[in-house]
Amino acid sequence: MHNKSVAELSRELESGKISSVELTQQFLDRLKQEDGKYNSFITITEERALADAKTADEMRAAGKATAWTGVPFAHKDIFCTNGVRTTCGSKMLENFVPPYDATVTERFRQAGAVCLGKTNMDEFAMGSSNESSHFGAVTNPWGLASGEKRVPGGSSGGSAAAVAARLVPAATATDTGGSIRQPAALCGVTGLKPTYGRVSRYGMIAFASSLDQGGTMARTAEDNALMLNVMAGFDPKDSTSIDREVPDYTATLNEPLKGLKIGLPKEYFTDQLSPAMEEQVRNAVKEYEKLGATVKEVSLPNAKLAIAAYYVIAPAEASANLSRFDGVRYGYRCEDPKDLMDMYTRTRAEGFGTEVKRRILVGTYALSHGYYDAYYLKAQKVRRLIQQDFANAFKEVDVLMSPTSPSPAFIQGEKTNDPVTMYLEDIFTIAINLAGLPAMSVPAGFVDGLPVGLQIIGDYFAEARLLNAAHQFQQVTDWHQREPK
Amino acid sequence: MSISREDIEKVAVLARIKVDDEQVSALEKDLGNILDLVDQLSAADTDSVEPMAHPLDAVQRLRPDEVTETNQREAFQAIAPATEDGLYLVPKVIE
Repeated sequence: MHNKSVAELSRELESGKISSVELTQQFLDRLKQEDGKYNSFITITEERALADAKTADEMRAAGKATAWTGVPFAHKDIFCTNGVRTTCGSKMLENFVPPYDATVTERFRQAGAVCLGKTNMDEFAMGSSNESSHFGAVTNPWGLASGEKRVPGGSSGGSAAAVAARLVPAATATDTGGSIRQPAALCGVTGLKPTYGRVSRYGMIAFASSLDQGGTMARTAEDNALMLNVMAGFDPKDSTSIDREVPDYTATLNEPLKGLKIGLPKEYFTDQLSPAMEEQVRNAVKEYEKLGATVKEVSLPNAKLAIAAYYVIAPAEASANLSRFDGVRYGYRCEDPKDLMDMYTRTRAEGFGTEVKRRILVGTYALSHGYYDAYYLKAQKVRRLIQQDFANAFKEVDVLMSPTSPSPAFIQGEKTNDPVTMYLEDIFTIAINLAGLPAMSVPAGFVDGLPVGLQIIGDYFAEARLLNAAHQFQQVTDWHQREPK
Repeated sequence: MSISREDIEKVAVLARIKVDDEQVSALEKDLGNILDLVDQLSAADTDSVEPMAHPLDAVQRLRPDEVTETNQREAFQAIAPATEDGLYLVPKVIE
């Protein structure tokens, strides 16, 4: 059962061949047995999962089943779960048990899905390797057989590793600068970051509010569509949520791709990309040509400024968002504070990890007196230039394609001493967040036995088209079905 | 661009994060490198460009000024580090 997709498990449950309680128990047993190798979960919620499975079986018996009823999955530990601790990968929230559900959590609950637990992540979603988690690094299932411990990417590295290792068929994730797409690429799974505002951010612990977006991770594009069907939609509790009709994302998966116009941004095919990686990506594009798509080169002249703009905007917003962690209302508080200032400064020094503190300090600096115009305002202007580049490209083509990451999964510890080198991991993904566009990463080959991701970028609210393009590719390739040994 | 030890100490106070001398030295290097990366922005011509706050230029929605939430003080305070009589306890602020 662990190799089956969400769509297949849903059919098994529908046919009555297996109950959700049986299925959930099988997945839990496997999860407990296998996850020691990956550390992809922070919390496993066995009792609650079995109770939810029982409820799901009752829902089905009463004729109220949805596609998700009784299907096991996991949430990234950034989504608040009422009564289940939600850590965001941080010591600051090690014992935080939210008194409410995130909208995404609530929607899956209403659909009858069975959450097995909370997946590991970079602390407060700040990282590209899942090494900044207070709960330990996550190990990529790929490369383990040859004795190498490689990173799964980040920040949604736990979700990506768990899906790749067949511990769950699907997991939620979030993406601020590449945190869904880059780990999906490095772990050989399929991930989607929707348009900014498509999925509610309510109860999703904030990192950079103008960039954060919840999304999906699973092995197939079809399962990503099933997830987005549950997650997408207007939410009055999120002030930046967009009130716009949600299509059935599975309805258009089988549309033919004949005539699809693909643009290849020349700035994303440079010497930052190894020839072996480039070959895999170009081969994938050739598959699309066989499916009837046409390909042309386009230009995103300001894309080279994306990392610089991001490392002003994201830390600035993070410094404001993370000011709420002060040891007063919830979360960690230092021992024996001697006065209020001592409580704030030690709580935050002890509760946050190195990378989080680094970004709060950069952000505080960028927003401080005398620097606001030079940094934050300048970055917001560059952000518009980047957005205009994409708008111009989408006048000519339907989707853009590029590599997701500059290289495959690297060895743990390789980039931890140099933050700037780590930041360059997101060189092909970050501009999409600044523009607020939807994008996917789809398994598209291997280099030295490690997965390579193809990034597909769409215009605003083009999620259905991206899923359609990914699904059609997966009908003629089997990269997404490859299993780590 | 470099950032001085004094700047780092000042910013750390603003951010309410305690840093020791050793950390300041490490931050001097790391923050300096990050600011070097960020300095690429100065090359961009943005004279006639409007800053972008929301990708879809959406504005904040307002809701009717009505009471919609119920009081859940007990549930919220149950997860606080220290409370008493419905109040959050912190170290003495006024002597």
